[in-house]
Amino acid sequence: MPGLEDLYREIILDHYRNPRNRGELESPPARRAEGFNPLCGDEIVVTLTVDDDVISDVKIGGQGCSISQSSASMMSAAVLGRSLDEARQVIRSFKAMMSIHEHELGGEADSDEVEPGGDDNVPLGDLEALRGVVKFPVRIKCATLGWNTLEQAIDDTP
Amino acid sequence: MSLDVSSVRADFPILARRINDKPLRYLDSANTSQKPQAVIDAMTTYYEHTNANVHRGSYQLAVEATDALEGARARIAAFIGAEAAHEVIFTKNATESMNLVANAWGRANLGPGDAVVISEMEHHANIVPWHMLAAERDIELRWIPIDEHGQLDLHDLDRLLDGARLLSITGMSNVLGTITPVRTMADAAHRAGAMVAVDASQLVPHCGIDVQALGADLVAFTGHKMLGPMGIGVLWGRTELLDATPPFLGGGEMILDVSKDGFTTNELPWKFEAGTPMVADAVGLAAAVDYLEGIGMAAVREHEVALTGYALRALTDRLGDAIDIHGPSEPAARGGVISFALTDVHPHDVAQVLDQDNICVRAGHHCAKPLMRVLGVPATTRASLYLYNDETDIDALADGLAGALDLFAL
Repeated sequence: MPGLEDLYREIILDHYRNPRNRGELESPPARRAEGFNPLCGDEIVVTLTVDDDVISDVKIGGQGCSISQSSASMMSAAVLGRSLDEARQVIRSFKAMMSIHEHELGGEADSDEVEPGGDDNVPLGDLEALRGVVKFPVRIKCATLGWNTLEQAIDDTP
Repeated sequence: MSLDVSSVRADFPILARRINDKPLRYLDSANTSQKPQAVIDAMTTYYEHTNANVHRGSYQLAVEATDALEGARARIAAFIGAEAAHEVIFTKNATESMNLVANAWGRANLGPGDAVVISEMEHHANIVPWHMLAAERDIELRWIPIDEHGQLDLHDLDRLLDGARLLSITGMSNVLGTITPVRTMADAAHRAGAMVAVDASQLVPHCGIDVQALGADLVAFTGHKMLGPMGIGVLWGRTELLDATPPFLGGGEMILDVSKDGFTTNELPWKFEAGTPMVADAVGLAAAVDYLEGIGMAAVREHEVALTGYALRALTDRLGDAIDIHGPSEPAARGGVISFALTDVHPHDVAQVLDQDNICVRAGHHCAKPLMRVLGVPATTRASLYLYNDETDIDALADGLAGALDLFAL
């Protein structure tokens, strides 16, 4: 049985206690999206500024559990300063890591998702700490909430 | 006569289950209760010996199955003090019962500008059906507010009821545990010319009810929160009111005659029970009523008041300022539903940590989002008690919460 130490890694708790890039950019001009998990009431607001196809600023608002908030915080650090294409690659890699377990459970995964180890994968660094979430299937939606919201924000046209 | 928890616990096979070599601490009975062996056996026996469809077969089994269904109805009617068994309508759950009220009674009686009075502490089952009807019929929803003690604020009740057609109110909050003054409100509503519906989903399992003393016209509750199976609920109504209310779902069983030109409705209670009913579930619910009455609802209530008092003290002593318990502080004013906030730990993380020790609680909005907004919280953690819980469950909860605080301490 997976233990709490698999879920609540120190770096996750650190991001929960000290969230990075916390706040909200004025939109417009910033791109903006809101994500909700209606089952638990978690909410994430992602605002970002794109200059020359590069994410020059990103802020995370909202409230929720340690997993949703720390995942969004780590996400913001991972995509800040990246090009939109690189950010999309990070999103794909992260969601692939989260969907490993969904595949094993026979759950649904996006059909365009890359398999782990595929050419598209980028190193996830600190985000690897969230790998333990897949051992707690009900928390996967917490971990992916910010990422789905970021995808929407990237596609937003303010 | 007081309740012997260890002998009660022995009647519930699931409570003997161990997960990862730790005992089960089931503190989620406001969500659904566990089932005693007597209920499980009654349903198994029905399927092994009696099963047939009801009200139509001419053979021995069908007669016995019909007797089982109607016997269960009479048993439940007696338990709640109904004047006649036909005042007990079987539904799928309390949600369906409230939808029956909104759809059948509401559609027949409410039109543009008519007001329905509910409260801020309602379950979505007593909110959304009215929102749906409001969108269709342009009716007005009026809300009784709550005060800082988790009680209904009735100062403005007469004004809210002025011109209203229906008061639809919970008997016990599924979040705060608050036991509402139904009789007082029902009398006020009747003086104002309004009908009274009560969502008694939490009240019936823990306090029992006498529908005559309650003073309501319609009462909804569900079987699975009162030791019965999932899949059966009850709507009780006064005979004359139910007679005057058009049917809800259409189909077999609810008709006397059908022609190409139309249909005529069956008598009560079958008028409101379209299709094959949940006979085994009715048998299980009657067995649950037998079990509860065998212990005595007064003893159940006494046990829960004492245990709730112990829990409020133990959690406050152990966690101090780190815990904020919602709802009334006086155990006699509330049921054993204890919702709380733990400083700096989100309810989902609280529930996750408690799960490591098999402590089953619910985290979330508890199907009461308007109340969450009034409380100013996105969600709560809720521990809820029943007759099979004891002080060791509370002590385990307090230990688990202390552990969660340690883990997440800033």
